[in-house]
Amino acid sequence: MAKNIKTKELTEWNYAPAPESKSIANIAPRYELFIDGGFVKPSSGRYFSTINPATEEKLSEIAEANENDVDKAVKAARKAFTIWSKIPAKERAKYLYRIARMIQERTREFAVIETLDGGKPIKESRDFDVPLAANHFFYYAGWADKLEYAFPGKNPKPLGVAGQIIPWNFPLLMAAWKIAPALACGNTVVLKPAETTSLTALKLAELFRDADLPAGVVNIVTGAGKTGAAIVNHPGIDKIAFTGSTQVGKIIQKAIAGTNKKATLELGGKAANIIFEDAPIDQAVEGVINGIFFNQGHVCCAGSRLFVQESVFSEVIKKLKHRMKSLQVGNPLDKNTDVGAINSKEQYQTICKYLEYGVKDGAEIFFHSCELPKKGYWVRPTLFLNVAQSHRIAQEEIFGPVLAVQTFRTIAEGLEKANNTPFGLSAGVWTDKGSKIFNLTTKLRAGVVWANTYNKFDPTSPFGGYKESGFGREGGLHGLMPYLTF
Amino acid sequence: MKKTTNTLLPISSPTVDQVGVEERCAKFTSRSIKTETKIQGLKMVLSMIDLTTLEGADTPGKVKQLCYKAMHPHDAVSDLPTTAAVCVYPSMVKVAKKELEGSGVKVAAVSTAFPSGQAPLNVKIADTKFALDQGADEIDMVISRGKFLCGEYQFVFDEIAKIKELCGNIRLKVILETGELGSLDDVRKASDIALYAGADFIKTSTGKISPAATMPVTLVMLEAIKDFYFKTNKMRGMKPAGGISTAKSALHYLVMVKETLGEEWLTNEWFRFGASRLANDVLMQIVKQKTGIYHSVDYFSKD
Repeated sequence: MAKNIKTKELTEWNYAPAPESKSIANIAPRYELFIDGGFVKPSSGRYFSTINPATEEKLSEIAEANENDVDKAVKAARKAFTIWSKIPAKERAKYLYRIARMIQERTREFAVIETLDGGKPIKESRDFDVPLAANHFFYYAGWADKLEYAFPGKNPKPLGVAGQIIPWNFPLLMAAWKIAPALACGNTVVLKPAETTSLTALKLAELFRDADLPAGVVNIVTGAGKTGAAIVNHPGIDKIAFTGSTQVGKIIQKAIAGTNKKATLELGGKAANIIFEDAPIDQAVEGVINGIFFNQGHVCCAGSRLFVQESVFSEVIKKLKHRMKSLQVGNPLDKNTDVGAINSKEQYQTICKYLEYGVKDGAEIFFHSCELPKKGYWVRPTLFLNVAQSHRIAQEEIFGPVLAVQTFRTIAEGLEKANNTPFGLSAGVWTDKGSKIFNLTTKLRAGVVWANTYNKFDPTSPFGGYKESGFGREGGLHGLMPYLTF
Repeated sequence: MKKTTNTLLPISSPTVDQVGVEERCAKFTSRSIKTETKIQGLKMVLSMIDLTTLEGADTPGKVKQLCYKAMHPHDAVSDLPTTAAVCVYPSMVKVAKKELEGSGVKVAAVSTAFPSGQAPLNVKIADTKFALDQGADEIDMVISRGKFLCGEYQFVFDEIAKIKELCGNIRLKVILETGELGSLDDVRKASDIALYAGADFIKTSTGKISPAATMPVTLVMLEAIKDFYFKTNKMRGMKPAGGISTAKSALHYLVMVKETLGEEWLTNEWFRFGASRLANDVLMQIVKQKTGIYHSVDYFSKD
């Protein structure tokens, strides 16, 4: 007879490793610049390494573009503009649809490379980054031949050459956000990915070549800040689209002052997630977890400040700590990993600095007591309690898995504290009462306000900020406007 | 009918956001359960099954076969656990009790005018007493859904409290029949009523109404158990019943229990599956994990 098991002898149940195979990731030992439809060597002859932040292993080396290379790229884009802006709009749409479908076909490869190069969990790159990138191409493909209907009577025309500079937190997705509307409107592009995460943009370049996209329509130049500055300062650029830090955003704003260059800047954030006592608490806790630990907190709209109504404070904190225990932290390629590696050594040091500030300023620290891998850059999911509005961890963007928790008593107080920040990108409201949601969404000074959910993105929905979080909108109908002249 | 608000319930139930619950459930199903985790999980599932037959056509012969299956799920594999219990109508308790003697497998009896619960309290009491007299180790009662939907929460509470009083140390599972409750907010409210009225387990369904157990409903009930534990420091059990027929979905339920309540609940003392078809699918997967080969369904006994 079988054994009757009443005791707890079976109850230790941990997830066995379930790593996604690396074999699908076809990474060349060296990548050149993608200019005028082909891969070309950088005029400097210099290359820099890109590493896997989870293991510190070198993945490949990437060409460093200087001013000459950027000039070549801009000229190629200018030449291509004369063709691309003239071909029938429905033909442009066909290219974009083709690109979208090809991204879907290569989802696994893009996902694995994104995870290897950036440290984010495979389940995020697989289920979020890559599908959403494809969706942006699909969505803007649809607009390409309907611009007259989007802006009736306004005679929309493309701007020319767009210089696009994107960050390292969602490398492929940000490239899609920028390239898709630009091409749909008839512009051509010079794009620079972030220096720690160039690989998927370069794989995208290969995809453009395979899609027979006309030469020069998209040019990809790799490098660090200097390369970016060369794009911003190039006289042949008609429009700058930048996503990144507020600090660099300000430099760009200064650099283009007095020129005819248009700009959209999507910068930092310090979003408030506000939980009211009538909220669905368990789902709110889940939303807070998703809001701050998604992509290791490397999200400009991360819900990095939590405001809890005092009457439910202890319950929320207890549940938050309990929920944090089930977060799986570790190998980003493991399909069960919830929190992966910090993107770079530099960012790791920044986060550590803020952890020190928090403790020094007197906030109470709590972290998930998980084991971390020996190699690579890792930060445990962390909460700070007893945070004052004047603490640096409550005021400045940390861009890591670190949540600053504060309390409030009344709606007015919650609102005042939530708006008391130089940023204004996003916010979250958790309450069962619809009227309260509408009341707050009109008063929160943030570009995006989520109600009873967080970190929801869709190509049809505009995204962008207020104040030091930048200006201009990406996504949706609004996302076409910055790429058109009327 | 007018909803009454004067209830003696010690708490008011929190609200539930259905979209958020469904999103969370989708994350449980995306966990990858491989190799030894899978084998161990499958065995755990087997040990948590309340093997069930609840038909008008039940006979002693049918119940005896089921009991044998509970004790010997698949003798070709050596180190398998028994199921946790067999679940039968009160009239079959004696038969099952005799068959299972000394095996450790419990006999659970449904009662209180199962499945509808449409009977006066004295009939429900007599029904339960009979099952207890016959030797039932556990009682699975149904709540009065009609009264619940009229807003007569105190009535529902008192009925559960009364049946628990009869049961004494015998563990009481309270079936909410969530398929008839209409919303997750109601599932949560019914869970709280049952827990505070003295339920040892809360159970989703009778198996006679569709939908039976679903992941969102089970998650809401697990969260009620978690809140009850946080408030009273007392553990309570959960039994999704009906509709879980594959090993894969059963493993997703284990993931949900582990991540919502913790590993302490991963034992048949605190978690059960009410199922009849699930056992064979679990056995098939266990054999597949051990041999690398899927056997045909004809290699597993259908009882």
